[in-house]
Amino acid sequence: MSRIAARFAVLRAENRGALIPFLEAGDPDLATAEAILRGMPDAGADLIEIGVPFTDPMADGPIIQAASKRGLAAGATLGRTLEMVARFRAVDADTPVVLMGYLNPIDSYGPARFCADAAAAGVDGLIVVDLPSEEADLLEADAHAHGLDIIRLVAPTTADARLPLVLNGSSGFIYYVSITGVTGTRSASDADLAAALPRLRAVTDLPVAIGFGIRSPAQAASAVRIADGAVVASSLIETLARSLDAQGHAGPDTVRLVLDQVRMLADGVRDARTREIVA
Amino acid sequence: MNPQSQTILPASAPDADPSVPVSARLAARAEVDRADALRPNTLRTGPDERGRFGIFGGRFVAETLMPLILELDQAYEAAKADPGFRQELDFYLKDYVGRPSPLWHARRLSAELGGAQVYLKREELNHTGSHKLNNVMGQILLARRMGRTRIIAETGAGQHGVATATVCALFGLQCVIYMGATDVERQKPNVFRMRLLGAEVHAVSTGAGTLKDSMNEAMRDWVANVHDTYYLIGTVAGPHPYPAMVRDFQCVIGDEARVQMQEAEGRLPDVVVAAVGGGSNAMGIFHPFLDDPAVELIGVEAAGRGLDSGEQAASISRGRPGVLHGNRTYLLQDDHGQITEAHSISAGLDYPGIGPEHAWLHDIGRAQYVGITDDEALAAFQLCTRTEGIIPALECAHALAHVAKIAPAMRPDQIILMNLSGRGDKDIFTVAERLGVSL
Ligand SMILES: Cc1ncc(COP(=O)(O)O)c(C=O)c1O
Repeated sequence: MSRIAARFAVLRAENRGALIPFLEAGDPDLATAEAILRGMPDAGADLIEIGVPFTDPMADGPIIQAASKRGLAAGATLGRTLEMVARFRAVDADTPVVLMGYLNPIDSYGPARFCADAAAAGVDGLIVVDLPSEEADLLEADAHAHGLDIIRLVAPTTADARLPLVLNGSSGFIYYVSITGVTGTRSASDADLAAALPRLRAVTDLPVAIGFGIRSPAQAASAVRIADGAVVASSLIETLARSLDAQGHAGPDTVRLVLDQVRMLADGVRDARTREIVA
Repeated sequence: MNPQSQTILPASAPDADPSVPVSARLAARAEVDRADALRPNTLRTGPDERGRFGIFGGRFVAETLMPLILELDQAYEAAKADPGFRQELDFYLKDYVGRPSPLWHARRLSAELGGAQVYLKREELNHTGSHKLNNVMGQILLARRMGRTRIIAETGAGQHGVATATVCALFGLQCVIYMGATDVERQKPNVFRMRLLGAEVHAVSTGAGTLKDSMNEAMRDWVANVHDTYYLIGTVAGPHPYPAMVRDFQCVIGDEARVQMQEAEGRLPDVVVAAVGGGSNAMGIFHPFLDDPAVELIGVEAAGRGLDSGEQAASISRGRPGVLHGNRTYLLQDDHGQITEAHSISAGLDYPGIGPEHAWLHDIGRAQYVGITDDEALAAFQLCTRTEGIIPALECAHALAHVAKIAPAMRPDQIILMNLSGRGDKDIFTVAERLGVSL
């Protein structure tokens, strides 16, 4: 069983949802990003999503764009991101790591070599934002050969008729993009989310994580009441960005502030399904 | 008229007769195209069903946009099959855009260069001053058919933004234009024109604040406003079907030029030259000549401060294949697949990629791509102005500079056809500054 499947099996047995925090590789510098990654499991991360910086992050809003820019300026590359994951894997054998990024750095690295190196480093899944099902053959065979899950995005614009195509070849979990929009801009209503999930449940047994627009512990809690996981990105990056000094360097509290927030989100998610919902 | 009999006539062509409406001429042309398509070695049938030209092109967009792109593809196919759409487009092309555009024998320029005869396809005489309106006219009619009420576009030089703002005024549609902050600065007259036309102009300050960044921002807007918004891309780039659709709308340039060339000289040109930003004016004039192997096709990329200066926009000469803005093509990028900034004096050429069909034409050797520097383009800008009384846009001044390089070595009975894609009024501030004149 893959690390992702194993983790969701445990969570299901415990009747709780997954908190999936996000960090951008190299943001604000290589060492600080790595320290955040290292601290995330203890702070309550069930899975971890690592953004790979790209010069032209077309699906991202200003917050992640800025993170991407800081990561690039700090020298983050796909290769260095894999090295960071390998060092993490040496101390954490269980927490699944998913890379999220854009196609061109992977294309440039070489899809076959990338999948081999990513698997060797201990990466578990890939989310390639600008690689829709129609183009997925570019990566699919290599990813599966190396045991990497391909995690597909499903959007509110994805019609039911299109779902089988989108889900075909995906594994690990389904990433439901809860809004039509870029990251860090707006949030979906509970009603919209509640309406979206049955569409997915009808066609897949894979766990579903909700992302885009989840900012607070309360929002994360409502997401895992209807789905299997909640991805939180922009609000963590905002916390990180606020902690930087005027030159954009990490402050003394950067790592702690981000991890404290992960902890609060984890508390929100932990007993979300069993706790009384206080209106 | 029987189209069947038209296609077997020699190339002096039924579609040459100016008394025949554009729609009938294009129908005749389409007949020829269909006949071409049956020939095993035509180069005009691309892209394939995945939107690819060889390995280039495709649909590399986020899932949120994928259904929209498929819908657009269907809508465009339906429009193409509907004679009413073609008729409507012909009407606007003739009475609003002002087509056909003349083909001008640039005699003084030719004499000064002392070699080949230079013919200029006068796209700068179109309404709004460039070839951009050909494509915009086609897409706005499509957007209306699709019931979209809000139009967004990216722009570099501002010519595409002005063309888009113009048709939005014409049809009473909301218009939002994304333009790099650097370009807003260097193309001020166009920014003011767009605002006068009722468009909202957003200056994009990410990256170098040029065309690439405006395209990123337009795609972000589209993702966030899928329900009512049509993204009107201005060049032969982006995900399928844009490269093919924009090409089809721009082919009117080459279709006309081919006929006009026959009328003027009784034969096809030896060389066709056009500037390449994303590649729409070049593709529009190249495509109708793709299956004439004797016609040499030359695309001119911006070499900025020199092809090896590190400050250029020559994606074919100095880039390698990768994926950006929805398609696989040649890109300026570093060893890690990060896109590098382009540089050109001309905002419309300042883009680190090129349309995928050009990438393919380059790879199969059907078209050749060369570089022209900022300084060479500036010199050609002045040469054209002085000898022909035509102030060219800095974009096509790059094509002119290459014409000036090759014409002297050619015989006086040889012919160069060049796409004069736009007028240079928008550039006089940039040129004045470069020449040390303060306005
Ligand atoms: C006059 C003119 N020519 C050429 C271009 C370059 O675009 P393309 O390569 O798509 O023709 C532009 C773009 O702004 C332009 O304004």
